Amino acid sequence: MLPSDQSESLRPYVIGFVLALVLTAIPFALVAMHILPIFATLVIIAILALIQVAVHLRYFLHIDLEETPQENLIALAFAALLIFIMVGGSLWIMLDLNARMAS
Amino acid sequence: MLGKLTIEALPFYSTIAAGGAAITVLGGLVVLALILWLGVRYVWTEWATSVDHKRIGMLYVMFASVMLLRGFADAIMMRSQQAIALNSGGYLPPGHFDQVFSSHGTIMIFFVAMPFLTGLINIIMPQQIGARDVSFPVMNAVSLWFTVAGGALVLISLVIGKFSTAGWTGYPPYSGIQYSPDVGTDYWIWALLIAGVGSTLTGINFLTTIIKRRAPGMTLMRMPLFTWTSFCTSILMVFAFPALTVAAALLALDRIFGMHFFTNEAGGNMMNYINLLWIWGHPEVYILILPAFGIFSEVTATFARKRLFGYASLVYATMAIALLSFMVWLHHFFTMGSSANVNAFFGITTMIIAVPTGVKIFDWLLTMYHGSLKMAAPMYWTVGFIVTFVIGGMTGVLLAVPPVDYLMHNSTFLIAHFHNMLIPGALFGYFAAYMYWFPKAFGFTLDERWGIRAFWFWLIGFWLAFMPLYFLGLMGMPRRMEHYNVAAWQPYLIVAAFGAVLIAAGIGCLIMQLVVSIKNRKEAFDLSGDPWSGRTLEWLTSSPPAPYNFAVVPDVQDVDAFHDMKRRGVAYRRPAAYTDIMLPRNTSLGLITGGFAFVLGFSMVWHIWWLAIVAGMVILMAVAVRSFRDHTEFCLTAAEVQAIEDQRFAALAKAPSHFEDLAPAHGQPVPRGAT
Amino acid sequence: MTDIAAGASALPSSGAEVEIDVYEEKALGFWIYLMSDAIIFALLFATYVVVSKNFAGGPNGQTLFDLVRTFGETMLLLFSSITFGFASVAIRLGKQETALAWLAVTFVLGAAFLGLEISEFTGMIAQDAGPQRSGFLSAFFTLVGTHGLHVTMGLIWIVILALQVLVKGLTPPVVSRLFRLGLFWHFLDIVWIGIFSIVYLPGVL
Repeated sequence: MLPSDQSESLRPYVIGFVLALVLTAIPFALVAMHILPIFATLVIIAILALIQVAVHLRYFLHIDLEETPQENLIALAFAALLIFIMVGGSLWIMLDLNARMAS
Repeated sequence: MLGKLTIEALPFYSTIAAGGAAITVLGGLVVLALILWLGVRYVWTEWATSVDHKRIGMLYVMFASVMLLRGFADAIMMRSQQAIALNSGGYLPPGHFDQVFSSHGTIMIFFVAMPFLTGLINIIMPQQIGARDVSFPVMNAVSLWFTVAGGALVLISLVIGKFSTAGWTGYPPYSGIQYSPDVGTDYWIWALLIAGVGSTLTGINFLTTIIKRRAPGMTLMRMPLFTWTSFCTSILMVFAFPALTVAAALLALDRIFGMHFFTNEAGGNMMNYINLLWIWGHPEVYILILPAFGIFSEVTATFARKRLFGYASLVYATMAIALLSFMVWLHHFFTMGSSANVNAFFGITTMIIAVPTGVKIFDWLLTMYHGSLKMAAPMYWTVGFIVTFVIGGMTGVLLAVPPVDYLMHNSTFLIAHFHNMLIPGALFGYFAAYMYWFPKAFGFTLDERWGIRAFWFWLIGFWLAFMPLYFLGLMGMPRRMEHYNVAAWQPYLIVAAFGAVLIAAGIGCLIMQLVVSIKNRKEAFDLSGDPWSGRTLEWLTSSPPAPYNFAVVPDVQDVDAFHDMKRRGVAYRRPAAYTDIMLPRNTSLGLITGGFAFVLGFSMVWHIWWLAIVAGMVILMAVAVRSFRDHTEFCLTAAEVQAIEDQRFAALAKAPSHFEDLAPAHGQPVPRGAT
Repeated sequence: MTDIAAGASALPSSGAEVEIDVYEEKALGFWIYLMSDAIIFALLFATYVVVSKNFAGGPNGQTLFDLVRTFGETMLLLFSSITFGFASVAIRLGKQETALAWLAVTFVLGAAFLGLEISEFTGMIAQDAGPQRSGFLSAFFTLVGTHGLHVTMGLIWIVILALQVLVKGLTPPVVSRLFRLGLFWHFLDIVWIGIFSIVYLPGVL
């Protein structure tokens, strides 16, 4: 994702687009048609979303484990870790509090 | 047209309020007079539009010092009120008392500690890594003026309107529109939001600088400890301040648009505010302390005349603290009612985070051990820190135990604990840095005796002001009490008030030190740039440094890079010829964005919507217009560089030698001066 | 990093200066800013989840969300991402007109996205489902609205940079700004994945 390794070809964008399209269509279809039970649907939505994020990072932002400078990768990994801690921690705390509040 | 703003906003409803407003206005006039006395043109070109990291840093420290007086006034008011208010209303009615403790905390954290440390890092860190400036000098200026804008909002609240009574943390529902309908909480919110943007941008700037602008040969494990702590502090700034932005912004949405994030009714969840606030709040306190730890590392090594003991362990401890600081935040609200597992998890992480700090203390002690300790003023602050801070750390570990915290939460025990961390920890560190690096910044050393007097007043004053509060907390006294009826508490509070008086004397000594030092500066010029026989690269530059810091970027071969260069005899070599150096031009963008950020905040507070929109658009347009400008640098020619360097080496030749501290390589005397 | 070390000798000579790639430096700084923005969004998501069932007796996702519109918004944003990508390729190849054309298409798609979103918001407000109605709706409007505000900023930025391209051409500073705009634009599409996955789809279930 450096200025210098901007793609000279449309290929990554087209590949990314097709993958993203599929990864979007599936969860929308699952929800619209109520095919699976709710929990299973939510799990699939989550997994496909994470995969689609990776697709965007790879094909649109050109993040490459070899080419991208280490500091950018570390910043991304650290942000991901902190998001996990902050969001996970917040949900744990707040849902625990909610459970203890309801009568 | 003017929103909620009416003539009633002026503080004529109470003498105390009017007094506070008068002092604020007076202070503003003093600043104005100072600018006029120095010369408007000079102040504009050399300071206000400067993008030089050293100038910006000094402005941060000056701003912090002024706000220290403001925040300390709050402290004196609280201590004197509590000393007399047994079974009596004292002199400070509750509405005022609440504003006083709210502004005390807000000012000390956001407008004293944060700008102080940001200023120190700004002045010193680029020099320590052998760089000529930070990565984004203009953004640096924007950050400064945003911080000042936030402080200005707090200051103006004394004159027009009121300040918040919801404490420095602003918990809803009290801080919501229903229970705090006046503008105080809004001033608080916008001061924090604006200053917070400044801090986030600063963090981005410092991180990029340290990653990208280190001199050749300066690997990460050769960076000075102050740079390491600046690095980790910047990580905390970048990743923690978003949480404050979210918490304060959502509160603002509740207050302005009647939303229901934190309200009692319609599906709000006020506990989420506390959760979000402390996700920021805990890393924030590590933002405040890590630079101080870095400073103590530098000062200890320099005055022990010895390489830091356990460099790697200090680095790893700093990184561990940085990561762990994001995993302890619930300890600020153990009593909010989480289940045992949740409380236990965060209690354990809180205890774990004490360990790396303990490692650092041992590292500093072992650096002093078998060193050749010279007790200069910065070292006094360091020893005072080690002795006193450890007590606060231990009370922290005690509070980390949830059942204990159930007894101590929001008592004066807690107040004592965090002041024990912030004053002997952070503030002593900043004072040590101030006395240590003052000659580098201004070109002459500070008076030693007044510095040591200041230290003793601060140390003894701190002990008297805060140790009684531990006992009071154990005796059951809650925090933030405007009056009380337990007679047993009063003697302790009187002692505490006396402690505050001693601290006031300490502040007086600091002022005297500055006055005396300026008066006597001609006898105290730092001609060599290295008044303490330093070990790190900032001492290679002249005092004060040239605008470009280094005419030739140093080649680093070891940790303690400057000490290594002196030992090898290459510290003061001159090149065959100098080159042109490009420097960023001054810009008024910082002043414009900061000034209009103040206007934006002020109009949001008073619901002057049209003005808020205009101010926002001016900020955006200023940035957009700036982006069209291509020629943002000017060239300092090689001849000009040569002239500056000639002066520098002429001064160096007149400097008294103190290289007896160095172990000469191979029995040869260390060469110095021009080749 | 294109640093050039100042030679191995201890005696520094003139001309052996350190070179910093300022465009890489700006890209890193902007990337770090995006990470801080990611934290803001993450916490808005967390807040949304915490109050996502607090309907206060008012309307919920099943009554309010229209999956067809959401899918339309998603497609508009996804298409705009690849059209920006096509613009990026054109910029890389120095083809100014092609780049401007794709930037214009991106702008139109982004504006259409905003248009759909604004109509969604006004529709909800009209049926007494505005942000003041409940915690759920406050969080919904704020999370989705913050994303929309970012898209608006992106659109303004596209206009400003298009002007710069017209006035200055594809100079290195202009290209580097377009690069950072690209980072921003793709980042917003990533956030949108989160929005339809966490807000709209579960809200309808």
